[in-house]
Amino acid sequence: MAEVGIMAIDFKNLSDRELMYGQKTCPGCGATVAIRLALKILGERTFLCIPACCAAATTNAYPQTSFFVNNVVTAFPATGSTIAGMAAAAEAQGLEDVTILGVAGDGGTADIGLQALSGACERNDNVIYLCYDNEAYMNTGIQRSSSTPWGAWTTTSPAGEGARGVVKSRKNLFDIIAAHRVPYCATASVAYPRDFMEKIAKAKAIKGARFIHVQAPCPTGWGYPTEKTIEYGRLAVGSGLWYLAEYENGEMKLNMTPKTFKPVESYLRGQRRFQHMKEDDYRLIEKQRDREWALLRERMKS
Amino acid sequence: MNEKGNENENGKEKSEFLSGNEAIAEGVRLCGPQVIAAYPITPQTTLMEKLSEFAADGALSASCKFLLVESEHSAMAAVMGAAMMGSRAFTATSSQGLLYMCEMLSYVSGSRFPIVMANANRGTATPWTIFGDHRDSFAMRDSGWIQIYVESGQEALDTILQAYRIAEHPSVMLPVMVNIDGFTLTHTYELVKVPERETADAFLPPLNTFNKLSLEAPKCLSFAFWPDYHLESRCLQQKAFLDAVNFIERTDEEFYGLFGRRYHGLAEPYRCEDAECVLAVAGGVAGTTRVVVDKLRAEGRKVGLIKVRCLRPFPMKFFASLGSPCQALGVVDRDISFGLEGGLYTDVKASMYKPGAGIRTLGFVAGLGGHDVSKADIELMYDKLRNLADGKPEEEHQFIGMRWA
Repeated sequence: MAEVGIMAIDFKNLSDRELMYGQKTCPGCGATVAIRLALKILGERTFLCIPACCAAATTNAYPQTSFFVNNVVTAFPATGSTIAGMAAAAEAQGLEDVTILGVAGDGGTADIGLQALSGACERNDNVIYLCYDNEAYMNTGIQRSSSTPWGAWTTTSPAGEGARGVVKSRKNLFDIIAAHRVPYCATASVAYPRDFMEKIAKAKAIKGARFIHVQAPCPTGWGYPTEKTIEYGRLAVGSGLWYLAEYENGEMKLNMTPKTFKPVESYLRGQRRFQHMKEDDYRLIEKQRDREWALLRERMKS
Repeated sequence: MNEKGNENENGKEKSEFLSGNEAIAEGVRLCGPQVIAAYPITPQTTLMEKLSEFAADGALSASCKFLLVESEHSAMAAVMGAAMMGSRAFTATSSQGLLYMCEMLSYVSGSRFPIVMANANRGTATPWTIFGDHRDSFAMRDSGWIQIYVESGQEALDTILQAYRIAEHPSVMLPVMVNIDGFTLTHTYELVKVPERETADAFLPPLNTFNKLSLEAPKCLSFAFWPDYHLESRCLQQKAFLDAVNFIERTDEEFYGLFGRRYHGLAEPYRCEDAECVLAVAGGVAGTTRVVVDKLRAEGRKVGLIKVRCLRPFPMKFFASLGSPCQALGVVDRDISFGLEGGLYTDVKASMYKPGAGIRTLGFVAGLGGHDVSKADIELMYDKLRNLADGKPEEEHQFIGMRWA
């Protein structure tokens, strides 16, 4: 498959300075990769806001913080609205060349935080909103969110005799945010760091509401060995169950278009959350994938 | 009375015929906030509309950003975001909107952001009502906000100026909720003196706080605390409230020096010197009660009024120091804490408590959901206090003005 370059980053001369370390996340945490890489591109003039979630609980506990940039914790539903106020104040104060960054999980974005995010997008507030999607409420112990994929086991969507995990399709955040006609919106994966970082760099250079939805595999919640976060991220994209895309200037485009998909089993079989699945389930997921991709190809340039 | 005359030394003021909401908007304009975020709700709406007009006319500071947000929760989160950046911020709400932003109230107060909010007091559903009582703000009593209740449009304007001064003082650093009775004050017009911007600036210096994010000295705000620090942080919050008592009184005196109007800090006694029967009230009902006190005084009855201006911090010392000649004290609550009594009544009794104290008390619940509190109702309350003082039987807790007795 072909990777389409987005924005040139001089990777060789990228700063060694880490703006996030010492966090108490689980080993192999995909969300940590996302935030660390994003801060590398956005730099020290970033004002970071995180709601109550994994990323806040593992980084900030008085008197310690894992961030070397200004950062705040806000309420679970309030990422979009808090950064809206921060951006308004930055503008009122004439602060230039700063980035107001919100980072929230899938629950804090697609569920309880959707109203505030929608408001910030509709007003085109000058913010970047990064949703790290580990596909369930992981901080509270693996409960289903509206971004949990079909068939996944969680503690609130049991699987076993007569139960098949989540039995509805996930919410498509990318489409929802693109429908706000924001200047920039993208999906990404921590397993494709170049693509992800280039999207962050591109977002940084644009004014207005920018949204990046990055898939961030979670060994604890998904149930795979901690060293396989990148592997599962690549399998998700390779099997067509996650896609890398952008929305800009009113147009959507795919950044990566697999000619053939890897079998969905290659992604699903090794994860505890899909352990209950049978052959029928794989074929159903395959069918859903093909339908989704037919739609994607129809409306996106690649 | 509250005024020392039309002229004062330091500032010219123009008189305008304004509604309570418009008076607050004028107060906000004079304080020059950098960020305003609000969401419409009756009866706050005309305040938000007036601020929108100011913004459109360039009457607010040139750099002021007005965020039209998607909910009250977002309104409070947005002004918190602005305060985190070190900007002066304002929002306003009412009733269900206040309840909806409840979560953010404790975020703001715990992290000590000096935000000022106006709340147009309105009952809470259900029964659904747009009309006034204090059950919205009383439900937020323990949210960590200073709560001030005003009696008039003039006091509302003046209290907004005082509120920022109090909130932003380095030894206070607490958010302030300015409560104004929905409709009876927000939508009624009176002649209001509007100070000049220069005088307001002399009273309220620019916000200068260490409690903000900074490129020079990056920090983390609204931290998580593990149990080992939590108790101390709450102790400091309580200390700030207790310290605020003196500062609220001092601010009122300084305001008097500059503008010639004062509101007596946390509580104002009116004709209480030799009063035997006294009513304590908060909000606009104080205005009606003044009229009744004057009438009964003219008839030779020894009655007085205590206007409770601050619910938090509570005027504990004021009530603790009440003694003879007061024989009977009644409290008018536009609130009820189901299963106990009116919330103000509980606080007043607790403050007055000392073994063997001689003052008898009655709790009156009135004016819920916009129900009128008439002069006749208030006279009836003074009659009941007289009965109590004379040793006649009275139920301790009574609803006043019901269709059945």
